[in-house]
Amino acid sequence: MDMINILTVFILAIFVGIEIITKVPPTLHTPLMSGSNAISGIAIVGAIIATKVDGQMGTWLGLIAVIFATINCVGGFMVTDRMLKMFKRK
Amino acid sequence: MIDYTNLSYVLAAILFIVGIKRLSSPKTARNGNAIASVGMLIAIVATLVSDGNMDYQTIAIGMIIGAIIGAFFAIKVEMTQMPQMVAIFNGFGGGASALVAAAEYLNPAKNPSTFNAATIVLAVLVGTLTFTGSFIAFGKLQGFISGKPIVFKGQKFLNAIIAIILVGMGILVIFQASTGLENFYGLIIFAAILGITLIIPIGGADMPVVISLLNSYSGLAAAATGFVLMNNGLIISGSLVGASGLILTNIMCKGMNRSLANVIFGAVGLEAPSSSGKGKQINVKSSTTEEAAMILDAADKVIVVPGYGLAVAQAQHAVREVAEQLELMGKTVLYAIHPVAGRMPGHMNVLLAEANIPYDHLKDLKDINPEFETCDVAIVLGANDVVNPAARHDTSSPIYGMPILDVDKSRTVIVNKRTMNPGFAGIQNELFGFENTVMVFGDAKEMLTTLYKDLKEL
Repeated sequence: MDMINILTVFILAIFVGIEIITKVPPTLHTPLMSGSNAISGIAIVGAIIATKVDGQMGTWLGLIAVIFATINCVGGFMVTDRMLKMFKRK
Repeated sequence: MIDYTNLSYVLAAILFIVGIKRLSSPKTARNGNAIASVGMLIAIVATLVSDGNMDYQTIAIGMIIGAIIGAFFAIKVEMTQMPQMVAIFNGFGGGASALVAAAEYLNPAKNPSTFNAATIVLAVLVGTLTFTGSFIAFGKLQGFISGKPIVFKGQKFLNAIIAIILVGMGILVIFQASTGLENFYGLIIFAAILGITLIIPIGGADMPVVISLLNSYSGLAAAATGFVLMNNGLIISGSLVGASGLILTNIMCKGMNRSLANVIFGAVGLEAPSSSGKGKQINVKSSTTEEAAMILDAADKVIVVPGYGLAVAQAQHAVREVAEQLELMGKTVLYAIHPVAGRMPGHMNVLLAEANIPYDHLKDLKDINPEFETCDVAIVLGANDVVNPAARHDTSSPIYGMPILDVDKSRTVIVNKRTMNPGFAGIQNELFGFENTVMVFGDAKEMLTTLYKDLKEL
């Protein structure tokens, strides 16, 4: 994959993001934040790959990265669910 | 041969987008969150099986530790503490991205190209800055560090110097990628320092903007890591988060009528700004809950305006009791939520939802303002600057131009406050002296509990 390709993906994704996020009502902005927080835990993919890097350094950096990213994913999705569960109609 | 790993990332990205789309209504939101989490699971599994040579032991240890910590926070956190939680999670996200990029740079098996080195520098820079900045934001919100802006002489100059050093080191790393590591380590250290020095001068009231901004940075750091690893999954997901954070930052800035630059470099809240309203003597009418109950008895339409003071007093449940009693008496009750009512975007809505207040009664600024014209009683609970009419007409007021809730247009305004102390912006509120305003002093929870009893005894 070359530079232009991934740049295209990046720019299109930003536009999609703006498009869908402006439709989220203010009532749900906190869950949106914690939920997108969980999504930024996608760094876990990079962290898993990083553990493959040779040497002690790679292992340690990878391990800490996996821990951080997992906290984000697990904590983010769980707390978002906990909040959304509370939103009830009359 | 089909590239199943990248195909899975596309699937994960689709699920993230569908998940966020379903956040457009509280009815579908919970399901949307579940869909996004499935997307994450797919991305993780796809990565794990993409290569047989994984260090599965390290990964398993990391995931177990991370899952325990994450679940613990998610279950234990109080809803009032959500801003802190999101702040620290932003930090972990940024930190993870910086670490991944660093590992890639230090990989002896690879000799990064100029483009590659540039993306690494970007990911490390944004990720590290987000990491330390988020911890400062967390410390301020949790009260470990003073919520007041910490400023000193030459602060902007120092930040500028650090920024210049970072740019210089970044360029050195990008173009001399094969020489020693001191520039790279220097880059990390100075990015960490910049994260701290950028956030310490920002006051507690401006934290909603800061958290939104750091949220955006954590996404952009993940996207930058995607560029490092040439991984579409990371790029798409990171961009979504980056866009989300930027939009929320913008909404928060508009809610306070401030520019982003003013929030970051303004250090508001340090000293009470001099204002024309300050010198004026305001004559307030102090009243009792019994009188408030009688005023409410004669009303048809009531709008509750909750401020952060309400959450501090833990009075959300007491509000619901009063509202339910009023509804029993045949009155319409709505809630007016200002964009910066809480400590993060949408915070007040979550606090009220936790108290079982139906979300369809919560109205945002745009929808509720026309309603005040036909409103009999507006009850202002622990809110101050967001209901100050000076924002509409007093050009010398520091909050001039800030969008406010037009409570003064109601027939009667009942204001509950602990004392006559001015709000965050340090200015007196002329609303309190208006002809149609009555003040009921006291703790919000105690006041509402007594008001509830008085309403029942009518």
